[in-house]
Amino acid sequence: MSRPTVGGHLRDYWAGLRGGDLGTLPAVLGLLVLILIFGSARGETFLSALNFANLFNQSAQIVFIAMGLVFVLLLGEIDLSAGFGSGVCGAVMAILLTDHGLPWTVAIPAAMCTGVVIGIVLGLLVAKLGIPSFVVTLAAFLGFQGVLLTLLGGGRNVAINDEFVTSLNNGTLSVRASWLLAVAGVAGFALVRLLRWRGRVARGLVAEPIGLVLARIVGLAALVLPATWVLTLERAVNTQITSLKGTPIVVPVIVTFLVIGTFVLNRTTFGRHVHAVGGNVEAARRAGIAVDRIRVAVFAIASFMASIGGILVVSRQSSVDPNTGGSNILLYSVGAAVIGGTSLFGGKGKIIHAVIGGAVIIVIENGMTLLGLNSGVKFIFTGLVLLAAASVDALARRRAAASGG
Amino acid sequence: MAATPLLELRGIGKSFGPVQVLRDVGLSVWPGEVTALVGDNGAGKSTLVKCISGIHTPDAGTVLFDGREVSIGSPRDAAGLGIEVLYQDLALCDNLDIVQNMFLGREIRWGGVLDEATMEEMAGETLRNLSIRTVASLRQPVSRLSGGQRQTVAIAKAVLWKSRVVILDEPTAALGVAQTAQVLEVVRRLADSGLGVVLISHNMNDVFAVSDRIAALYLGRTAAQVKVTDVSHAQVVELITSGTSGRSGAPS
Repeated sequence: MSRPTVGGHLRDYWAGLRGGDLGTLPAVLGLLVLILIFGSARGETFLSALNFANLFNQSAQIVFIAMGLVFVLLLGEIDLSAGFGSGVCGAVMAILLTDHGLPWTVAIPAAMCTGVVIGIVLGLLVAKLGIPSFVVTLAAFLGFQGVLLTLLGGGRNVAINDEFVTSLNNGTLSVRASWLLAVAGVAGFALVRLLRWRGRVARGLVAEPIGLVLARIVGLAALVLPATWVLTLERAVNTQITSLKGTPIVVPVIVTFLVIGTFVLNRTTFGRHVHAVGGNVEAARRAGIAVDRIRVAVFAIASFMASIGGILVVSRQSSVDPNTGGSNILLYSVGAAVIGGTSLFGGKGKIIHAVIGGAVIIVIENGMTLLGLNSGVKFIFTGLVLLAAASVDALARRRAAASGG
Repeated sequence: MAATPLLELRGIGKSFGPVQVLRDVGLSVWPGEVTALVGDNGAGKSTLVKCISGIHTPDAGTVLFDGREVSIGSPRDAAGLGIEVLYQDLALCDNLDIVQNMFLGREIRWGGVLDEATMEEMAGETLRNLSIRTVASLRQPVSRLSGGQRQTVAIAKAVLWKSRVVILDEPTAALGVAQTAQVLEVVRRLADSGLGVVLISHNMNDVFAVSDRIAALYLGRTAAQVKVTDVSHAQVVELITSGTSGRSGAPS
């Protein structure tokens, strides 16, 4: 085998692209184009530090639901109930906080447990009874809407005032903590990449060329450090009343789950088996993988992640109402995963897809609002973007089928 | 040649309701040899393989492994003995790479985390021992491999897991000439490394190219089990189509 070079890697990457393995590329390019469009049309607002920070808070719920959906989509299944599921979990937390006066240390775990239980039930129905996940979760979608309405006593709005909970998706880190987080994040990434590179070279395995490893590290730093600088600028409208600066708390929350999810999918036996079941159920079964257990587990993970999405949206609104997690939240979340590059056909998906796709969705939503366009135009445009992403997925599949075998 | 067959079937019978599919079938698989299992459609080849691999339980007869009588009640039992069946519709996951496929279900972990480096080393060594050099990178998804390469990966997986008897169901059925040659070469090497190989094939060229023995089934019975050097092409075809050979054509 020849020695790997940066050029050779680029050629492989290009061959992969031509073979239909597009990954996050369309979403990243799309995101850049959108930022250029909105930035040039409404630069003073869209590109402001205030709006930039706002995007993270706005997207948190969708990103979390989408991260969970990636697991389900990897099996070629779907969870249509994740939106209202997150609403139910958020409501459980809000009711425990207000009606029962319990501390967040009880309310948040209770909401998460609700999510896990919901997911296990959905997963068992799909795996053991063999009902298509589309139908099970469609029924659950309707059911949870009812549960939410019932929990909220026919439609009241439960407001929360727990400081910790509201800070989760409204608060910011101090400037010093923001910089510490950014530097620690980049350093951690660099350490992991360099250690892996050194490990492979030491054992004589084919490793990425060091130039590419360094380029990745520098690339991440070039993204994270300027972003942190923007986020640590003063962004309060009237600085005499209040001061607002620092990375939103929700950023480390998202990054933590991004890292955990990526680790689980890439570095654990469970993650490997999820990919295998999504790629070829029969092969997975013959290899001795407990397929049903994997199915139940991914639904449990999806609903657990949706519960965190619910907690974060209730935190942001400081309240929960019968439409929390309703309207287009689920569709945006599925859209986020697919736009990011996760395949609807199973077997292909990464947690980062949820984050990048979620950014695309929120930038569209946010930018078009700033342009003063009405909801009708926004929905049409978002629909077209999702359609484009699904077409890329389907075409990539056809190309892959044509080039392989 | 070893004194006892690795796997020996004696008097195997199997019926499904009133239909007797296998009647008094015998088969011996010797280590280091390729035994071709031939027979027309419906002769009972697949049923026999399913009896060996534990999917069906035979109604009659005995199975000896290493000279000891064993009962194979489930695919797990078969795998436990070291019997691996590679079916036509390859059990590979397209979206996983070669290493991931070879270790699927038996991943090596290091403190709870997948030990990719060790797995890659072992996979590479196994492929090298089989002189498989046609794959450019162990880290490419198997969807990018050709049909022949996929077969060789599946075979290498059996070797990696120290299988002792490998049964290949029509491994070359969907392949072109060059790829067929490539797969047959690996099949031969598999036997040369001491495994017992059963090759199910309709293709007489393949059978004569790699086999040491030929077992022919005819309407659920063993028509003959012969050394490949003792028979001609035409005689084998006759065994397959009429269940007898050697006498027809020549005046007796």
